[in-house]
Amino acid sequence: MSAGALPFEPAKATPTRRRKLALPGALIAGLLILAFSLTLAFFPSLFAPFDPLKFDYKAILKPPSLAHPFGTDNFGRDMLSRTIHAYTLDMQIAFFATIVPMLAGTAIGTIVGYYGGLLETLFGRLVDGVITFPFIVLVIAIVAVLGPGLANMYVAIGLVGWVFYARLVAGEMKVQKRLDYADAGRVMGYGDMRIAFRHLLPNAVSPALVYWMTDMALCILLGTSLGYLGLGAQPPAAEWGVLIAGGKNFFTTAWWISIFPGIAIVLTGLGFSLLGNGLAELMKVKR
Amino acid sequence: MLSIGYVLKRLLQIIPTLVFIVVVTFLIVRLLPGDPASAILGDKATDAEVARLHAEMGLDRPLIVQFGNFALRVVQGDLGTSTAVKLPVGRIVLDRLPATLLLTVMAAFLALLLAVPLAFVAALRQGRLGDTVIQGCFQVGLSMPVFYVGLILLTVFAAGLRWFPVGGYGDTYLLHLYHLFLPALTLALSLAAVLMRNLRTAILDALTADYADFARAKGLPTRVVLFRHVLRNALISTVTLFGLNIGTLLGGAVITETVFAIPGAGRLMIDSIYARDYPTIQGLTLVLAVLVSVAFLLTDLVQASLDPRVAQ
Repeated sequence: MSAGALPFEPAKATPTRRRKLALPGALIAGLLILAFSLTLAFFPSLFAPFDPLKFDYKAILKPPSLAHPFGTDNFGRDMLSRTIHAYTLDMQIAFFATIVPMLAGTAIGTIVGYYGGLLETLFGRLVDGVITFPFIVLVIAIVAVLGPGLANMYVAIGLVGWVFYARLVAGEMKVQKRLDYADAGRVMGYGDMRIAFRHLLPNAVSPALVYWMTDMALCILLGTSLGYLGLGAQPPAAEWGVLIAGGKNFFTTAWWISIFPGIAIVLTGLGFSLLGNGLAELMKVKR
Repeated sequence: MLSIGYVLKRLLQIIPTLVFIVVVTFLIVRLLPGDPASAILGDKATDAEVARLHAEMGLDRPLIVQFGNFALRVVQGDLGTSTAVKLPVGRIVLDRLPATLLLTVMAAFLALLLAVPLAFVAALRQGRLGDTVIQGCFQVGLSMPVFYVGLILLTVFAAGLRWFPVGGYGDTYLLHLYHLFLPALTLALSLAAVLMRNLRTAILDALTADYADFARAKGLPTRVVLFRHVLRNALISTVTLFGLNIGTLLGGAVITETVFAIPGAGRLMIDSIYARDYPTIQGLTLVLAVLVSVAFLLTDLVQASLDPRVAQ
């Protein structure tokens, strides 16, 4: 407003300046880290200077140098190449461990939230039960029974993980179904499924999407932990948890074997967290 | 004060949860591909041995009867016999549980010790350098896997500076505390990050609430306003979050105990997996889940005594 403007200056009919779409800083930072991670995950060979699995007995336990910026392990394998190749597996873990729980949980949450009643009561009891199991302990127990390996880890996470999405979506659906536009849909004679999934769900899904980002970060932590314990990805596969476990006996003498894969975990986790925070800010999701 | 009615109501609510826990732990072992008896005995067992264990475990009876027997034994405190060490699972778990509980309690204590003051600093200096640094550090802390933090602390403070032992549990109570300090700190860091973030927001909300203005207007010193009025209200949501994270803390203990070679329940879990000792895995999962549900109960009671509206 210019100086000395009248207090009752009429509102302009058309905005003179187009509103700039302001993206939250966290979102941009998160997207950049994610783009970096995905590039390495899809094209590891373009960036890795060496074969991640090739032994080199002339370069055993070498500290970081120009030839091997992240050093080498006890088999002379280049740690930079192994850390880069691990992006493929760990980004897969983040995606595959979360996509099925996310979709299934969202669908179940939509139905539970829309119909409510007995379904909601039963679901509430189920949630109460599931959250009493320490997530890691339950996943470890299921993996222990099914046998170590990535596929069984996905099954274990999937059996538990959907509950959290369903709870978020159900809570939001309960609010949405009472709004006027839901009634409008009913007046138009639309079926329940059409109202729930096509009209209400798009407005109820934001918290679940934000949680998806956090969940991917959590699943990287979980996947690397299981890898470290020998229950997830199996050596000699390049996976950050497996790499760190491989270096744990050399930690005092050859710290670089475990340190650099750990930094990759932190950076990727940070990327997903920032993305989640940014999305929450953008979609005005209160957490 | 807590009303007896609320306490009773909350105690009754735990029953369906306990039933659910028993059902799930029963079903977990039924997930085994093929026959549990042959899975437990391994590849080298003869058909006769498998058949005997099969009958011993009651696997030839209908599933519902098997469940009934399992539930009945659990209620009597019988969690079966470990296939690895041929001892009652209940006794092995009880032997190992104190270390895990002490570790978890210490971690929870350290987490609060870190989170509360830092949350205050961050909230009171909102948007300034201190706030940004604290928040940044905790964001990084949240992205660090427990085993990685453990390895770093172990290397720096135990192997490097020799301030702490490299592993183990010690013989006396004081030595337990000394041995468990680094593992507890490892566990505490991620919990502190979660609590700090929540508490900071809660303090910011409480600072601008009418009752805080009123307390200041009454002329109360800032210290009293902050601790008696702001902190108490800000802690309510943090107590809930704290309770919800007890499961995560116990889960983290499994990994921490492995890193620091502590003979606790978590280590037992991993050892049992390698030994294919399914009764122990089953028993441990059950005991840990029951512990968490009791922790939830306590959290709700604490929350209700902090905020009487919860109980209504």
